[in-house]
Amino acid sequence: MIELQGIHRKFQVGNEAVHALQDVDLSVQPGGYLAVMGPSGSGKSTLLNIIGLLDRPNKGLYLLDEQDTTELNDRQQALVRRHKIGFVFQFFHLVPRLTAAENVELPLILAGFEADKREQRVQQALTALGIADRARHRPDQLSGGQRQRVAIARATIMRPGIILADEPTGNLDRSSGKEVIDILEHLNQQGMTLIMVTHDPELGGRAARRIQMLDGYIQSDTARKHEGI
Amino acid sequence: MKAFDVIRFSFRAATGFRTRTLLILLAMAIGVGAVILLTAMGEGARRYVTREFTSLGTHLLVIFPGRSETTGGPPPLLGETPRDLTLDDALSLKRSSAIRRVAPIALGSAPVSWRQRSREVTIMGSTAALFEIRQLSMAQGQFLPAGNPSLPAAVCVLGYKVKSELFGNTSPLGKWLRIGGRRFRVIGVLTPRGQSLGMDMGDLAIVPVASAQALFNTSSLFRIMIQASGRDSVLIAKKAILGIIRDRHEGEDDVTVITQDALLSTFDRIFTALTLTVAGIAAISLAVAGILIMNVMMISVSQRTTEIGLMKAIGASGGQVLRLFLCESAVLSAIGAMLGVMLSLIGTWTSLRLYPDFPVMIPWWSVMAAIGVGMLTGLIFGVLPARRAAGLEPVDALSRR
Ligand SMILES: Nc1ncnc2c1ncn2[C@@H]1O[C@H](COP(=O)(O)OP(=O)(O)O)[C@@H](O)[C@H]1O
Ligand SMILES: [Mg+2]
Repeated sequence: MIELQGIHRKFQVGNEAVHALQDVDLSVQPGGYLAVMGPSGSGKSTLLNIIGLLDRPNKGLYLLDEQDTTELNDRQQALVRRHKIGFVFQFFHLVPRLTAAENVELPLILAGFEADKREQRVQQALTALGIADRARHRPDQLSGGQRQRVAIARATIMRPGIILADEPTGNLDRSSGKEVIDILEHLNQQGMTLIMVTHDPELGGRAARRIQMLDGYIQSDTARKHEGI
Repeated sequence: MKAFDVIRFSFRAATGFRTRTLLILLAMAIGVGAVILLTAMGEGARRYVTREFTSLGTHLLVIFPGRSETTGGPPPLLGETPRDLTLDDALSLKRSSAIRRVAPIALGSAPVSWRQRSREVTIMGSTAALFEIRQLSMAQGQFLPAGNPSLPAAVCVLGYKVKSELFGNTSPLGKWLRIGGRRFRVIGVLTPRGQSLGMDMGDLAIVPVASAQALFNTSSLFRIMIQASGRDSVLIAKKAILGIIRDRHEGEDDVTVITQDALLSTFDRIFTALTLTVAGIAAISLAVAGILIMNVMMISVSQRTTEIGLMKAIGASGGQVLRLFLCESAVLSAIGAMLGVMLSLIGTWTSLRLYPDFPVMIPWWSVMAAIGVGMLTGLIFGVLPARRAAGLEPVDALSRR
C-alpha cells in the first residue's frame, strides 16, 4: 500500500526554485495498475523517484505498507528498494561490461544469496521472459526490446510487490514496446503493483487507473472521478 | 553481500576498464618493484661485507699497538708513547684457555729477486698459526712449519701473484730467492683467494716472524691476530688479552683489541640502516602510485555514475557501494604488487647473472612489507573515491546519461 500525503519536491536551479511536485496526495492499493501521464517536465519522474525511495520529498508524508519512509536511514531505505521495489527505466541502465545473466544476478548478489540459488533464479527469470538464449550476451549485443526484458528480469528477480516503470517503451519501436507492456501487465495480473509513466495515451488507456499531471500537481485522477460520480 | 562476490565484482570491473587498470597496475608494480629491488641490493651489499669478514676466519680478535682514541679514558701524559707489541707479548697470550691460536704479524716491504727478476713485495712475518686463523690454503708445497717462533728460518711462502711474476710457469718449490739481501727457500705457494679487506693475499711473501723482524731490524709487531677457542669465549679472550698485556706493560692499557664480531655487527647495523633508508626512498614511488590510484578511481567514479545510481536503485546501500569501490582499488593494487614482486625477481635474477659476485637477495620481510604497504596505499587512496561513490544521490546519478 502506497500512501502519499501533501508531498512537495522543490529543486533549486540557480536563484529559481522549481516545484517539481506540489501538494501531491496519492494512494495506490496493492496489485493496482496506475498510469502516470502528462507533458514533459510535469513531475512524473520525480513522483516515481519518490515512490521508489530514490529521492526524498521536501515536505509531506510517504507511508509504504504503513511504514513512514522518511524515518528510515540510508541502509534501511536500500533494503526497502531491494525487497519491495523494482525499477524499469527508459534507458535500461544495464551494466555494459556484464552479461545479461550477470546484470539480472546483481540484486541477488547485493542481498547475499548463495551462488547456486542465484543461478537457478536467474535462469528461471530469463526463461520466463524468453531471453534464456541471450544469457551470455552483453547489453551491446542485444536489441532494445531484449535489453528492456533483461532490465525487467532484474527488477523482478527479488519478487518485489511494486514495479515502477518510467517510460519503459520510450526508447523502443512499437512492436517491442508492445511486448514489454504485455510483460509488465502480465506481472501486474500476477499481483504486482504496476506504476508506469507514459506519454502514449493509448498505452495509458490500458491501465485500470490514470493520473494526469501538470506543473507538479495531479490534475486529474480516474479513481477520484469515479468517487465523484 | 558475500566477500567473494565483492571481490569477483571488483575483478570484473578491473577487467572491464583496460586502460585504467593497466595504468594502476603499472604504477603499483613499479612502486613495489622499486622498493623490493632496492632492498635486495642493500641486502646484497650487507651480505657482501659479511662474507668478506667471515672469510678472514672465525672468532677472530686483532690486537693493535696503541690505545684506541674512541675508548675515552684519561688523556695520555705528556711525552707518553705507546709501548710496542713484541713477540714475547704475543707468545705470552697462549696462557689463556680462551685463546686457541695466536699469530704475531710483522709487516714491511722489501725487494724480492730470483735470478734476473726483482720486485718490491710486501713481506709478512708470522707463524704456522696464521694458516688456520686466516683460513689460507696452499696451491703448492706447505705453509710455514710449526716450531719455535723466536727462531728465524730461511723459508718463505709466496702469494700466487708474486710466484707467477717471478717464476712464471716454473715450479718455485725448493728454489732459493733473495728477500732484502737474505736468502730464503720457497716452500709453498698460496691459492689465489683475491682481495680480502684491503690485504691482497696474492701479492706478498710470508716468512717466519723472527726472520721478518731481523730483516726489518725491529722487535715490534704490526699486530697480533688471535683466534678464540669458540664463539662464547671471544669476550673472555678479549679480557684475558687486555689483562696479560697490562701486566706485561707495567699496568698500562696501551693496546686496542677489536673483535671480529663487534666489527661485523657494526657493519651489519650500518648496512641494515642503509637498506631501510633506500627502501624508504623507494616507498615514495608507492605514494606516487597511491595518488595515481586515487585520480584514476575518481575518474572511474564519475564515469560510472549511472552504474552507481543503478546499484542503489536495485538495493545497494551506501556502505555496499563503498565496499565495492574500496575492494576494487585493493584488488588492483594487490595485483599490481604481485607484478612488482615479479619485476623485482626478474631484476635480481638479471643482476645475479651480470654480477655473480654481488649477492643481491630479496629479504622476505621486504616482500611482505612492499605488498602490505602497496595494498594499504591502494586502500587509503581508494577511500576518497569510494566515499564519493557511496555518497552519490541515486536520482542525480541516474538522470545523467
Ligand atoms: N535534479 C533536478 N534538478 C533541478 N531540476 C529538476 C531536477 N529533476 C527534475 N527537475 C525539474 O523538475 C521538473 C519535473 O521533472 P520530471 O519529474 O523529470 O518531469 P517529467 O518526468 O514529467 O518530464 C522539471 O521542471 C525538471 O526540470
Ligand atoms: Mg521523466
